[in-house]
Amino acid sequence: MSTAITVYVPRDSTALALGAEQVAAAIVQQAQQRGLAINLVRNGSRGMFWLEPLVEVATAAGRIGYGPVEPDDVASLFDADFLAGGQHRLALGLVEEIPYLKNQERLTFARVGVTDPLSLDDYLAHEGYAGLRRALELPSAAVVQEVLDSGLRGRGGAAFPTGIKWKTVLGAQSQQKYIVCNADEGDSGTFSDRMVMEDDPFMLIEGMTIAALAVGASQGYIYVRSEYPHAIAALNQAISTANSHHYLGENILGSPHTFHLEVRKGAGAYICGEETALLESLEGKRGVVRAKPPLPAIEGLFGKPTVINNVISLASVPIILARGAAFYKNYGMGRSLGTLPMQLAGNIRYGGLVEKAFGVTLRELLIDFGGGTASGKPIRAVQVGGPLGPYLPESLFDTKLDYEAMAAVGGMLGHGGIVVFDDSVDMARQARYAMQFCAIESCGKCTPCRIGSTRGVEVIDKIVAGRADKIQQIHLLRDLCDTMINGSLCAMGSMTPLPVLSALDHFPEDFASGAVDKAA
Amino acid sequence: MKMHIKQGAQVSQAVPSQPSVDLDQVNAIIQKYQTMPGAMLPVLHAIQDALGYIPPSTVPLIADQLNLSRAEVHGVISFYHYFRQQPAGRHIVQLCRAEACQAMGADALAEHAKAALGCDFHGTSSDGQFTLEPVYCLGQCACGPNMQIDDDLHARVSNDKFNRLLRAKRGAL
Repeated sequence: MSTAITVYVPRDSTALALGAEQVAAAIVQQAQQRGLAINLVRNGSRGMFWLEPLVEVATAAGRIGYGPVEPDDVASLFDADFLAGGQHRLALGLVEEIPYLKNQERLTFARVGVTDPLSLDDYLAHEGYAGLRRALELPSAAVVQEVLDSGLRGRGGAAFPTGIKWKTVLGAQSQQKYIVCNADEGDSGTFSDRMVMEDDPFMLIEGMTIAALAVGASQGYIYVRSEYPHAIAALNQAISTANSHHYLGENILGSPHTFHLEVRKGAGAYICGEETALLESLEGKRGVVRAKPPLPAIEGLFGKPTVINNVISLASVPIILARGAAFYKNYGMGRSLGTLPMQLAGNIRYGGLVEKAFGVTLRELLIDFGGGTASGKPIRAVQVGGPLGPYLPESLFDTKLDYEAMAAVGGMLGHGGIVVFDDSVDMARQARYAMQFCAIESCGKCTPCRIGSTRGVEVIDKIVAGRADKIQQIHLLRDLCDTMINGSLCAMGSMTPLPVLSALDHFPEDFASGAVDKAA
Repeated sequence: MKMHIKQGAQVSQAVPSQPSVDLDQVNAIIQKYQTMPGAMLPVLHAIQDALGYIPPSTVPLIADQLNLSRAEVHGVISFYHYFRQQPAGRHIVQLCRAEACQAMGADALAEHAKAALGCDFHGTSSDGQFTLEPVYCLGQCACGPNMQIDDDLHARVSNDKFNRLLRAKRGAL
């Protein structure tokens, strides 16, 4: 009998939502029927979602892809001898050579889609835990310095330098410190955290372990939203494996260091993505935002010094330690260094994950990678940075994606999600939705957010109703937005006006006929 | 095209009857998590996983054993969208309502779902089979509109696919 050929069918939840489980079952069944030996690996997704379920076969030349595969296609794949890389209408050639993938700069996502996410051996064979091994040889201050020097800024959206957070926690005097991972990825149009957790969970665990060594923490929590059950399952399994192989727990890799890690499940509250609300939730309370100061780095979880970072921030740490700060900061531009895993979503032909160095333009992502809209109609607006990000018109598509360049045009990068709308979008409706979402998800602590959002929905309804006092109502809406921006406690209330005002400014024609007062 | 479900005013917002609650089981759950720092959410999740919702009769037990007031416990349960205070239908249908899915027609799908099930969001179809819930992002944003039926995710859901999936659930009873 010849040696078994390795076939990859992703276990990523988007692939599952498109039928990967049925495809995998059909492949196993066909192989059995035909007496062929295969080694089925459930890898992560390459992040080219229009090709999912993307089946890959390991050949001497490299991994050959077929996709999108439906269960009914499986028999014909075997007929075409896909196990030897045979020709088929779904054949894509060498996966690594697909331009969408080849033109990326995958540092954080280097392993994603390549390896079996739950195999520690696979992780180790692909540079896994090289960062932790180096960190174990360094004094903690040197680990913090490496992260500082890399220029890594918080990838959750706030873009605060990660190294400075760590340095503050390192300097704080306490018997107990915590590492908390913010995995409450609630922004529509984002899925990079989810992919890391499902498709390369050891990378996040390694990043958190390095953070723990760096600041002297012995306990960590990953707060994952309840909408991500596959991520929770993958993390729990990976944590259990890491524990049994001494990558977690006591005496990590024979060192005196201890780090215990636990997954906690959220419960469907968008506001818990705000770091202080998340800490409240972890403590078992309502997810109500805390006033800052004190900063979580000084008084965080259970009142103790706490590093709280986004998934991608922590997942970027292993490669920074493994290859050095200079390697990482060599990517990017200005004060936005390294890479950002961007997510092309909504009405887009080739949606998926694109990790690039900062500095790529929106147009390159939308057209060169994304191929325009899925509907084939012109792109009218894109929302970058989640529900709190402004809507940008075509005239701004040449903006470089870098924190400062985006801010200069009134935009924001946020967590790197880009949601595309075609010309059928009604921007007044989107503006109303922004206020409505804030009304549903506000924690209720501060008045501008709690009441302002509801008043915002009402005022927008009056504007689009075409009343005689429309101009005054638009004044009122801008005034209300001003109050929310300047008077809210956190980003929820202070940034909800961004999509609203951008819709008013860039797409005034959607707020009924008549002139819209832009100057107010 | 429409699901073969009776529609009309009398069918919406059907609330399945409240089953009796095994408080010993609830006590055992609370005791399991009691010593955990920040035990509240793990306790609530475990109760909902076991019973399908968090019955009001469990609130005094949770309060007593976590050394909190009943108001504090109720406050937490009612804060989080995920926690249910009444039983749901046999299956929970979650439709994504967020921007990326909107860009692919989620609003129209929501209207179709409401008509097909004869209930609004947070409501249950008259036969008690399906509870319709909004969800703000399932993280499948490149393949909208998305939905989840119980634990199963589905991407690029058209009206026809919605009907087919629900029919399959119904058939699988």
